[in-house]
Amino acid sequence: MSFLLEADDLVRIYSGRSGLFGKAQPVRAVDGVSLRLAQGETLGIVGESGSGKSTLGRMLLGVDPAQGGSVCFDGQPMPATGSADWRGLRARMQMVHQDPLAALDRRLTIATQIREPLDIHKIGTEDTRAARVQDLMEAVGLRPDQADRYPHELSGGQRQRVVIARALASDPDMLVCDEPVSALDVSIQAQVVNLLRTLQQQTGLGMVFISHDLKVVRNLCDRVAVMYLGRIVEEGPSEELFANPRHPYTQALVSSVPEPGKRLDGRVILQGEPPNPAKRPSGCAFHPRCHMASDICRGVIPELHATGEGRTAACHLVTDATATQVA
Amino acid sequence: MGNLVEIRDLSVAFDGVPVLHGVNLQVAPGEALGLVGESGCGKSVTWLAALGLLPSKATVTGSVTLGQAELVDAPRPSLENIRGGRIAMIFQDPSSALNPVIRVGRQMMEALKLHRDLRGDAARKEALRLMDLVGIPDAKNRFNLYPHEFSGGQCQRIMIAMALAGEPDLLIADEPTTALDATIQAQILDLLARLRAEMQMATVFISHDLGAVAQVCERVCVMYAGRIVEQGPVEQLFSCPRHPYTRGLFDAIPRLDGPRAPLTPIPGTVPDPRNLPAGCAFAPRCSHARDFCHNDRPDLLPQQDGRALACAYPLPEARQHKAAPEQVTS
Repeated sequence: MSFLLEADDLVRIYSGRSGLFGKAQPVRAVDGVSLRLAQGETLGIVGESGSGKSTLGRMLLGVDPAQGGSVCFDGQPMPATGSADWRGLRARMQMVHQDPLAALDRRLTIATQIREPLDIHKIGTEDTRAARVQDLMEAVGLRPDQADRYPHELSGGQRQRVVIARALASDPDMLVCDEPVSALDVSIQAQVVNLLRTLQQQTGLGMVFISHDLKVVRNLCDRVAVMYLGRIVEEGPSEELFANPRHPYTQALVSSVPEPGKRLDGRVILQGEPPNPAKRPSGCAFHPRCHMASDICRGVIPELHATGEGRTAACHLVTDATATQVA
Repeated sequence: MGNLVEIRDLSVAFDGVPVLHGVNLQVAPGEALGLVGESGCGKSVTWLAALGLLPSKATVTGSVTLGQAELVDAPRPSLENIRGGRIAMIFQDPSSALNPVIRVGRQMMEALKLHRDLRGDAARKEALRLMDLVGIPDAKNRFNLYPHEFSGGQCQRIMIAMALAGEPDLLIADEPTTALDATIQAQILDLLARLRAEMQMATVFISHDLGAVAQVCERVCVMYAGRIVEQGPVEQLFSCPRHPYTRGLFDAIPRLDGPRAPLTPIPGTVPDPRNLPAGCAFAPRCSHARDFCHNDRPDLLPQQDGRALACAYPLPEARQHKAAPEQVTS
């Protein structure tokens, strides 16, 4: 089976400086990440802030060039960022950001903005473009009379619909959504999540869905990768992964999700803060917060290994057989 | 039992546009009350109005009493004694609530000087004790750091410590965990619950996250378009919501178990306060609405089971038949 997107061993290093005169230190924001995305599949990427999930999302599109590793889109290596080939390819892969107001131009009507990708990529003629904008607005649930509105006249949920319509304008094969519903109220969030699911079923696009909200990710995604400090620590089909998390970090994440009607008692509350990527702990990056850490965790970085049922985990203590006992 | 704070018929209008329509709310000493609802429904405005923190273009009517003292239209000096002293408030974004160019320790000592008249070594000692209390590791060595040298979760802990400086009777937490990561969110919720128990302090927890509210609150008020639409004990309200809006909020939350079905959103959006529907404000989005709902507004009335409800056609009371068999087997 060929994949829509194949990323191998991606590395992105920012140089961070501590203080005005401090020495520049390399910060490994994304550190050896490999991913596969099939046509029509939704892959969730979860993790805390600073885990590198947004950087990874941009690297998958080639917006942020990789310093190591490679991305293949539809079997072809990704052209260099900024090149004509890459610009052409961008029509086939689009992005949706968290804050729709920041992603939209406040001085253009929404119809103009939804139309922009069609103009840029020279898709269709004048007439067909106008018709396409109408279709897109209908598909995302915007009323035709809203076409001449400006972004500030719309609610948060409607703005996000505009951004989604614009991303879909060029009929992409892949969509990277970076926290698309985090800024929305639950009732509106559910509308947008349902919209993304419906659109995906209709168009068959592959979607990378980056979020810190586990409940939304579980609902929408087929497969989930959990990131911690620039590395994937666990990956698997979303239902199984959340029902039976194997990596201690995933277990803590799942346990920290507040559920209505459940009191605080009996939850695993993770101690400590996510560490600074500039001061990455030795060995397994999670070991200072892990209640099961042993000597090997402090010294050796665990590699992702298969744990059965199409799942992988990067933990010394998780092997195929013992997987279920960890709790 | 006397109430700590009583809000009676509190209304707020911005530039003549009413956003809060006669809210009645009581907080008992030591109680944990949750306020939930979508953005723009008046959760924060209720408490900002009560504490006189709204801009001058807002007109506030009604009454807010703390013990014997009336807070609405109270002179500034008496309000300043109450704010931070008897009622403290923490906000959503801790890093913008702290002064970025003043060391954290000094900001804490300022609060102690204002509210408890502590100075010098005494203030420093108390500030360190508070930092320990809210779980800042190695407080002694981090006393002289700036806010940007702390993470978001730790900044929120410092905000909580500063709020505790005046030993308040009531802590108002306005979306205290919304800007934080899930694991840190759990820590802060845990901290708030622990502090409330230790200090016997009443807490008002404003949030749109029903899950978070369930964990720290005893009683919950659901607000919609500037009114309370349902109010009751947390277990009751969460096991069997009766207002269609409350029910809709629950149904919209994706679940961590069960099948991955499409979500059930509440259709439409929150009404514009300048253009509220004639009847029940929720009627245009409500699947149970009948003619009455579009023309007349139901009042918030006490129900037999102890809750208060503002709905003409509430959902049936008995929904427990689902939960009951589970209790038998466990």
